[in-house]
Amino acid sequence: MAAEELKTGPLEYRTQEGRMTILGFWIFLAAEVVLFATLFATYAVLFGRTGDAPAPMELFEPGIVLVMTFLLLTSSFTCGLAIHQMRRGNVKGLMTWMIVTLALGFGFLGFEIYEFVHYVHEGASLTSSAYWSGFFVLAGTHGLHVTLGTGWAILLLIQIARRGLTNVTSRKFFIISLYWHFLDVIWIFIFTCVYLIGMVI
Amino acid sequence: MKAKHLRKRWLGLLPLGLILFLSGCGQLEMTVLDPKGPAAESQYELIKYSLWFMFGIIVVVFALFAFMVIKYRENRPGRKESDYDPNLHGNTTIEIIWTVIPLIIVILLSIPTVTTLFDLEKPAEPAEGEEAKEPLVIHATTADWKWFFSYPEEDIETVNYLHIPVDRPIEFHLTSADSMTALWIPALGGQKYNMAGMMNILYLEADEEGVYDGRNSNFNGEGFAAQTFKVHAEPEEDFNNWVSGIQNEAPELSKEQYEELLKPGLTEKDAYSSTHLEYYDHGTHEGMGFVAENYAELFEEKLHLDEIEKQEEFQ
Amino acid sequence: MGITDILVTGEPIIYAAMVSIALVSIAIPVLLTYFKKWGWLWREWLTTVDHKKIGVMYILSALLMLFRGGMDALMMRVQLAFPDLGFLDSQHYNEIFTTHGTVMIIFMAMPFLIGLMNIVVPLQIGARDFAFPWLNAMSFWSFFIGAMLFNISFVIGGSPDAGWTSYTPLSGAALSPGPGQNFYLMGLQLSGIGTLATGINLMVTILKMRAPGMKLFHMPIFTWSTLVTCFIIVFAFPILTVALALLTIDRIFGAHFFTLTAEGLPMMWANLFWMWGHPEVYIVILPAFGIFSEIIATFAKKRLFGYHAMVWSMIIIALLSFLVWVHHFFTMGAGAFVNSVFSVSTMLIAVPTGVKIFNWLATLYKSKIEFTVPMLWSLAFIPSFILGGVTGVMLGMAAADYQFHNSYFLVAHFHYVLIAGTVFACFAGLVFWYPKMFGHKMNERLGKWAFWIFFFGFHVCFFPQYFLGLDGMPRRLFITNVVEWLPLNVISTVGAFGMGLGFIVFVYNVYYSFRHAEREKTGDSWNGNGRTLEWATTTPVPFYNFATVPYVDEIDPYVRMKEEGKTTYDESQLKPIHMPSYKATPIIMMTFLGLGSFGLVFEWMPVAIFGLIGGVAVMILRSFDYDDGYYVSVEEIKRIERKARGL
Repeated sequence: MAAEELKTGPLEYRTQEGRMTILGFWIFLAAEVVLFATLFATYAVLFGRTGDAPAPMELFEPGIVLVMTFLLLTSSFTCGLAIHQMRRGNVKGLMTWMIVTLALGFGFLGFEIYEFVHYVHEGASLTSSAYWSGFFVLAGTHGLHVTLGTGWAILLLIQIARRGLTNVTSRKFFIISLYWHFLDVIWIFIFTCVYLIGMVI
Repeated sequence: MKAKHLRKRWLGLLPLGLILFLSGCGQLEMTVLDPKGPAAESQYELIKYSLWFMFGIIVVVFALFAFMVIKYRENRPGRKESDYDPNLHGNTTIEIIWTVIPLIIVILLSIPTVTTLFDLEKPAEPAEGEEAKEPLVIHATTADWKWFFSYPEEDIETVNYLHIPVDRPIEFHLTSADSMTALWIPALGGQKYNMAGMMNILYLEADEEGVYDGRNSNFNGEGFAAQTFKVHAEPEEDFNNWVSGIQNEAPELSKEQYEELLKPGLTEKDAYSSTHLEYYDHGTHEGMGFVAENYAELFEEKLHLDEIEKQEEFQ
Repeated sequence: MGITDILVTGEPIIYAAMVSIALVSIAIPVLLTYFKKWGWLWREWLTTVDHKKIGVMYILSALLMLFRGGMDALMMRVQLAFPDLGFLDSQHYNEIFTTHGTVMIIFMAMPFLIGLMNIVVPLQIGARDFAFPWLNAMSFWSFFIGAMLFNISFVIGGSPDAGWTSYTPLSGAALSPGPGQNFYLMGLQLSGIGTLATGINLMVTILKMRAPGMKLFHMPIFTWSTLVTCFIIVFAFPILTVALALLTIDRIFGAHFFTLTAEGLPMMWANLFWMWGHPEVYIVILPAFGIFSEIIATFAKKRLFGYHAMVWSMIIIALLSFLVWVHHFFTMGAGAFVNSVFSVSTMLIAVPTGVKIFNWLATLYKSKIEFTVPMLWSLAFIPSFILGGVTGVMLGMAAADYQFHNSYFLVAHFHYVLIAGTVFACFAGLVFWYPKMFGHKMNERLGKWAFWIFFFGFHVCFFPQYFLGLDGMPRRLFITNVVEWLPLNVISTVGAFGMGLGFIVFVYNVYYSFRHAEREKTGDSWNGNGRTLEWATTTPVPFYNFATVPYVDEIDPYVRMKEEGKTTYDESQLKPIHMPSYKATPIIMMTFLGLGSFGLVFEWMPVAIFGLIGGVAVMILRSFDYDDGYYVSVEEIKRIERKARGL
């Protein structure tokens, strides 16, 4: 299998193993879509069930969420640049842009943690009502995915620093880029369906 | 050798046929198939209607199956060369036929299903020449593992038993103080769920006097099997007498008493000359949490329920 | 929490279970040490990534779980037939029917079928292993450790008791305190990871690793059923993951998704559960359809009738399976319109299913039926399944369902479809592919005994239950307190013991055949009637499956190969074969996660966190592992093939 290596095309697609792993990851992302769709559905069903806790309108502020959105969207762009550098065979460019992506991801996480702590201080936590349970689990699951993504990216950076660009390392970076863009898309939905709608209604 | 096995297969169907035969002769009287009210009646009609189709399907498939298995077994004496066609793998006409026929059956089953569904959502039509009576409203509330029946108009409440007048639709308002349950009186008609924070409406009616069995049919923990009640269906006059008897003789239900009753456990039959509805409405957000908030630790204790009252038959 | 709070005490049955578990757990290491088999067990089985060995482990575990679930069933049947004995009290009965349902669906039916898929699918499509062998091993261990975690609840902590559906608010922290429900949540969550991974793994395997020339519509029907099943797994299992996670968060961390307080919405659980649960039903029935199709075609010695219709009906069933979940709770009060829509969509499933039944019957037309044991199971399936199918349509008629719901009519229906469908298929498939797994067939005479006893037992057990339901007997009732219901319950119990006896004969047959059966010399074990590629390999199957991968451009390729006197082996085409190395990481990683889940069950956070960190650490190790496997040299292949083919 590994013997049949193509001589052209992107590095990560040249082996059968690479092609299969990438397809498998796409299918995994489909499962992730279902996972988040279910969380969005529960959130929507529980909307308005705030109980004694403050309503989302009282807590959601456009400023901080816009900053978070900006950070994550930009990180998705820099992640794309990293893969562009990878395709050009530029390990250093890949690593640089990936580190920038990571930094933006950490920025996003920092703001998210700050935001969550702020809400808890205002009396809206996981345990305060059905609505807030839905909110924290939906946003938290996304945040957890971003956290895992950053940890994963660090591991890959160590691997590429050691091994340089190979079929395997390039495949791994390509897959994490898919993952990262996916989280970006999910965030756009959270931004509109949770924050924008929450601020209005 | 192989033929012997085949014979065994048909023998195998014998006991099944026997049961079917017995039930056909009315040896097994089955509550669902012996309706005592219009809702159960319409469901019974629907079941009977569907059974014809099901018997038809079973007969056709069993016959085809028997034909194939007997005729095309490998070592049947007198097999002809033309009995084997290994490359036969499709026939558009016949495939269309056996797709369309089930589709037609589904349509034929859907129509009465849908009309019955809509009919069940309103009180039964009165019999020819009779006036439609205003439904009697009864709030049926469950708490682990008992039934409260509140008659708001009459301002009485019973625990674990129910009186209804015959020939008058009953409008049950179903809710629960804790776990999800279902009110099921098979002789009078199908069930619906009681859920905390929700209110479901179920219309039933008895057109024959009698004592019927009712129960919670949705599993809800240790006392589930004991969460049953008797339905006394009686003429309007008897019912009214019963109501005034309760109004005059039974004590009022105080808030403390009701809260005591809400604790998980079993309790005897009882009656009160007021309802719990003035204290709690478990069908709302406000009323749904009382048991969970106050009695959660009581659920850690076990009932050790190992027997419940026996009864001869099921009505 | 002291040790006395953790161990379940005061029940003679549980003491007996504790003693037997203790004896078994002492006996196994002692025997392994005595026979010096530790190294063998570790090297050959616990660390394997070979799909055939993993499949065997799946099937063995599933048989073990069938035994456990069956014991539960017999205990329930004894209690219902002899209510005066006081054999089980209400609480105990509730725990037993909960574990019976959960074990049978999650830890028996699915693993059994996944085990068969593991062994057969790569062989049917001419692949050398799964797309991701390491992931496959991880899937197995996640299932196995999830199952063990669930089963241990019997002696430690107490079993879950809210039904396999675990409806809220009953299963929430307020009404079900204690670790029981947590075992359910963590056990299912852990094994769910593995199922999802298997779904992805098999999908990629089937899409990317087929033999050259084999288009999708050349694939054997069992492979097709696997592909469709994987599609359902990928789209349904994340819903279960979320539902379980939300209830776990509710119970352990105090959230309010399904609670009675703080405006939680208990009925959301029923929706989420069945949005997964109904597709799940098809996850366990579609592969069964695939197995029956293979066996019927093989022993009818005839091509499967309506191959394309068979495939399309499976695809339609898969799509419809996502659109019918409300029929599990028509009585929730969604209104006549909603119920009408779901009623019709439910009945529509009967159409593609009916098409399949007629196609099987047409396959028998102008055939030469040979009554082998797998064929007996498959033939028995058709009339038995019809009885479950038509009652399914009756249950789908919402207005009538108000009377059937929660009654023994429903119990009889789903046992008719799940046993006549899934369990018959598991037995049929196991006997059918047994020579491929173990190099010898199962004894036909004992197999027929097992079949007939089980078949009779099954009908005697479940047919009366339809009538109990119509007489108003609700499911999950711990005692037969209405005398009128007793006779049919006694008949039913007799039948249940019949099934138990059939199972014992089946298991005895495994032992008997191991000792006495003739070893297979050819790969085409069933008198040369094999139609698909798995029969074109030698028996025992070499670990790389195919020395040279054949070119396939038709359905049933092996039939033509045999007509033309060809084999899949072409010595001139031999090339070194790349194979993955065995790894210890899957079992270690899942053991850590199992430990963490165990900690979470008892809310011992340090243990939970330790387990999680351990699991993540192994994952990191795995990420840094660049071991690319190894090559089998041409000389080695030649040696193995010549020996196997007697050249």
